[in-house]
Amino acid sequence: MGAQDIIRVENLAVVYGEDHVLDKVNFTVNKGEIFIIVGGSGSGKSTLMRHMIGLEQPAGGKVFIGETDIAASGENAVSRALRRIGVLFQASALLGSMTVAENVALPITEFSGLPAEAVAAMVQIKLSLVSLECYGDHLPSEISGGMKKRAGLARAMALNPDILFLDEPSAGLDPVTAAEIDRLILHINQTLGTTIVIVTHDLDSIFAVGQRAIMLGRETGNIIARGAPADLRDHDPDPEVRRFFTRRPPDA
Amino acid sequence: MQRPLPSGKPLFELQQEDDNTLTVVLHGRADITTAPTLIRQLPASVPSDQRIQQLKVDFAHVTQFDDYGAMVVLRLVQMLQLNHDQLSFVNLAADHEKTLALVDFGQPDCRIPSHKSGNLIIQLGDATISIFRGGAFFIEFIGAMVFSLVRVFRRPRSFRAGDTIAYMKTTGVDALPVVGLITFLLGLIMAFMSSLQLSQFGANLYVASLVSLAMVSELGPIMTAIVVAGRSGSAYAAEISTMKISEEIDALVVMGFDPNVFLVLPRVVAAMVVVPLLTVFASIFAVAGGLVIGVLMLNLSPGAYINQSLDALSLFEVMWGLSKSVVFALLIALTGCFRGMQARGGAAAVGSAATSAVVTSIFLIILFDSVFAVIRSYW
Repeated sequence: MGAQDIIRVENLAVVYGEDHVLDKVNFTVNKGEIFIIVGGSGSGKSTLMRHMIGLEQPAGGKVFIGETDIAASGENAVSRALRRIGVLFQASALLGSMTVAENVALPITEFSGLPAEAVAAMVQIKLSLVSLECYGDHLPSEISGGMKKRAGLARAMALNPDILFLDEPSAGLDPVTAAEIDRLILHINQTLGTTIVIVTHDLDSIFAVGQRAIMLGRETGNIIARGAPADLRDHDPDPEVRRFFTRRPPDA
Repeated sequence: MQRPLPSGKPLFELQQEDDNTLTVVLHGRADITTAPTLIRQLPASVPSDQRIQQLKVDFAHVTQFDDYGAMVVLRLVQMLQLNHDQLSFVNLAADHEKTLALVDFGQPDCRIPSHKSGNLIIQLGDATISIFRGGAFFIEFIGAMVFSLVRVFRRPRSFRAGDTIAYMKTTGVDALPVVGLITFLLGLIMAFMSSLQLSQFGANLYVASLVSLAMVSELGPIMTAIVVAGRSGSAYAAEISTMKISEEIDALVVMGFDPNVFLVLPRVVAAMVVVPLLTVFASIFAVAGGLVIGVLMLNLSPGAYINQSLDALSLFEVMWGLSKSVVFALLIALTGCFRGMQARGGAAAVGSAATSAVVTSIFLIILFDSVFAVIRSYW
């Protein structure tokens, strides 16, 4: 493993029944970068992410977080490796029965060993990172979609993870709110040095924050292009890739 | 004045130039790994007898610093009741400065009113209002049901017969095994327990009358209704509340469907048809349970037992039990659908709709059963 790698995916294969969703997927994510996984609907982006965060076992191949192969190591090693990551799910996945502050407090209380008042102060710091310092006592059902995403981000950031996974962070948000989320992503990456992996097909976000991207092909189930998003748009030999990044249907 | 820590690797030292100024020199890591130790030791080692006016935090020896370290400083500032300009940082590296920029050392300026009311009177008022709203919603619901019924009678094609048959299957046919087993065992128990008393008078034969009469007019309808409430009332509430919170019901309304005709009426009709049938089966199974005891323990012949069971019944008893079970079915289906329609919020609302559907319908079943008993005594 190179000194720069923080995630390494080797020959990952995912099979559902007869369907080879992913096949021979290889890539690495460098420490401190913003890495984008793109692909059309149904190309297996979210499946790839679910395997990278250890929610599902691959049919073949390895996923390394740091030095740990999360597909093959023991429970303790995997749980230690997973402690280094934070995940923002597509629908934010805030626990509906708890307030925003309690959601953020959950991992801090469980894993930091801080006393209650210190946890409360920490929650306030995390909420102000995402500009929700005044919404701690609201329930998730009482705040808007963009605020839910930000609250989910605060929870994902609660234990200062080395790697942050974001599943479609701007899906379902208006352009201004989506741009705010993009700015927040850049802010977190620059101030805290967090490595960020984003699964998205929001082109504005990809060009605004993405440093490196891979694109999954719909039929092949493997990576059909990799590089800086702007390069892929302008110079990729594959017309499907250029079409994707310029938002053109096949016959245009 | 220096205060090294009594034991362990010192994470900080305190320097006091005069009575008013305190300098905290942090050493090594001040981050998520050391924050639990720092938060316990640092505030405790600050002299409490002096009024500190100035707090300086020296970052010269800090190797790792994150917002958890900043939180420790924040807690110290709060404990000493200092404000922003009484706090200063020395020997800051660029990284530390970035991290500190994330932390607001003043009070957050919130203009959004906190809507959590700790006030008991306000809570009581809120609870009262929500009870009245619930009552108004129920009346509205019943009214809407009546209108839906009128609409269906005027346009019978809008009635969803296919759905109704599907609900008859899930509510009735699928419930038959569990209803049968429960009432069979109930008949068995009743026959056994009553035989203990009746055999003392040589009145074994009347065990049959007791089981059939009790089951047909009283226990059959109630037991069936309770099982259906648990199985199907909760399912109705869960299905409809899930549809409600995922805007499926709104979609129906926008497409011009009446959600009561579409969702509630098929369930109500299905339940009112199959619950009486289930009740009939329940009584038969109970008699069968009693028969087992009668034949095996009381030395009655099967023919005599069945004859005695039938002799005890009149048509009135049978109709009385069946009409009760029709009313129970109506209560169960309406309550389940009403609780479902009432749901608001997220996943938790589905659970509480299902729970309150079961609780409310069992309560109503017992309540209406006593109403029936009163009516009968004045018949």
